[in-house]
Amino acid sequence: MTEVYLVILFLAATAAGYRNIRAVPTLLHTPLMSGMNALSGVTVLGAMVTTAASVATGSAVLAAAAVVLATVNVVAGFLVTHRMLRMFRSPGAGARRRGPT
Amino acid sequence: MTGELYHVLALVLIVGFLGGIRLMNSPRTAVGGNLLGALCMLAAVVLTLVKYGLIGRWLLGAALAVGVVIGAVVALKVAMVQMPQLVAVLNGLGGAASAIVAVVVLLGQAAALNLFNRLSCGLALAIGTVTLSGSMVAAGKLAGWVRQKPVVLAGRAAVTVGLLAATVGLGLAAALAPSGAAAAISLAAVLAAALFGLVMTIRVGGGDMPITISLLNSWSGLAAAVAGFAIADPLLVAVGGVVGAAGLILTQSMCRGMNRSLVEVLSGRTTVISAAPADGDADRPAAPEASTAMRQQEPAEMGPVLRAAKRAVIVPGYGMALAQAQQQVKTLMDTLESVGCEVDFAIHPVAGRMPGHMNVLLAEVEVPYEKLWELDAANDAFAQTDVVIVVGANDVVNPAAMSAEGTPIYGMPILRVTEAAKVIVCNLDTAPGYAGVENPLYRHPKTTLLLGDASETVAALAACVSQ
Repeated sequence: MTEVYLVILFLAATAAGYRNIRAVPTLLHTPLMSGMNALSGVTVLGAMVTTAASVATGSAVLAAAAVVLATVNVVAGFLVTHRMLRMFRSPGAGARRRGPT
Repeated sequence: MTGELYHVLALVLIVGFLGGIRLMNSPRTAVGGNLLGALCMLAAVVLTLVKYGLIGRWLLGAALAVGVVIGAVVALKVAMVQMPQLVAVLNGLGGAASAIVAVVVLLGQAAALNLFNRLSCGLALAIGTVTLSGSMVAAGKLAGWVRQKPVVLAGRAAVTVGLLAATVGLGLAAALAPSGAAAAISLAAVLAAALFGLVMTIRVGGGDMPITISLLNSWSGLAAAVAGFAIADPLLVAVGGVVGAAGLILTQSMCRGMNRSLVEVLSGRTTVISAAPADGDADRPAAPEASTAMRQQEPAEMGPVLRAAKRAVIVPGYGMALAQAQQQVKTLMDTLESVGCEVDFAIHPVAGRMPGHMNVLLAEVEVPYEKLWELDAANDAFAQTDVVIVVGANDVVNPAAMSAEGTPIYGMPILRVTEAAKVIVCNLDTAPGYAGVENPLYRHPKTTLLLGDASETVAALAACVSQ
């Protein structure tokens, strides 16, 4: 049951993500990629649960290392995306339109 | 917290993540979209802490704190020009974390796993490790620590297929192995996957980097999703799937921009310097207008042309990033505008080393984004353009892509700059670009070459306008 639910969730989220992401203009493809990068750090949740569930010290340390790596991924990903997006300014907003894209 | 409440809250967060991506479809709302995504991630961490009763675990708290500090320092210190390699490294970290989760779960908590979870572990281990090693090689190439040229191994097809088979086989074997042998087989699977990632990316050269980096982005998401299957975590599954889809879209977009298939890029077929347009070859399908000799002039001689122009288009390429000429390009834009010339930029989808690379560099020097035109819009407008200034771009403006059958760039959509009245090329030299195809644009009657460091030639151009 859980497996079926997870597979359906995976397919639905992938399809919904595919639809939403196609609407992102090429102008923003680098921040899109770094933003998605941050999201791929969602594995931090798995690493947290795994750290807590680890009985052996070695496993716990390894899993904690995964928490560090994934957290770096999340934090750095969102922050650089923010830095980049703030650069996309439009002093002449409304004055001239972009070409048809 | 009850299971039902957790699942409902997880679904709400997934919708929040998707909403954040929705807001990324316009530069005006994208900052908010990214913040929404970050907030959802924070909420997901808190939700997980509460659900599993993890608050107060010192090891976990320390690990999170270390990650936050390192991540923040890295993100605030990195320069925009280092963005391609940072993105590659971060992809690798995500993949590594997913692979570690899979290994720890498989080795330490095997008793609680069913067959579905086990197989997912094996798969997450393989995909995560390939993502890690592939990303590190890509980052090394982008940062210049590893030779940028494609490295072609002897018998690479056999090696690749063999390593892929070993990766998948050992990954599955690790998932199914009895607990005594699982550790050794997992280690072997990790080694095979790491080697596969290395062999796959080491032969991808600079110009194919946008495709590779997009693909690795996709896999880092896939690794998280499969790790989610292993530990039955809905957030990992859904968000990982979204990232996988995003990477896939970027990969498709990059492949279209280069008119090559993913298989061709990964197999290195199109990265081998082509022997096709050999000099003096009578059968060479020469571009019809490519007959005159190259005309090289001094920037100062361009003054009259530039001052007379009513509309100019600047075409940036990876050479602009290499020469760090974006500030000079912005100065040229301002100078031209001050004498009444309208200036826009034509951005080819694969210009640079990652999707959207040129847009970020130009945004950093405060070029308004309305001026950054995409391929089709730019091509439609060249006929009404007085002068095109190419800055460090080669393959993306190479007319051979339209005529020279059999070359690696044949069929690739290019910026048709010769439709403008005049073309000024500010490139370092006239050597063929990444694709290895000689560029007939350099010999075109409308073209003037200003060879040398682009930051100097572009600055000289700006200076001669204001004289």
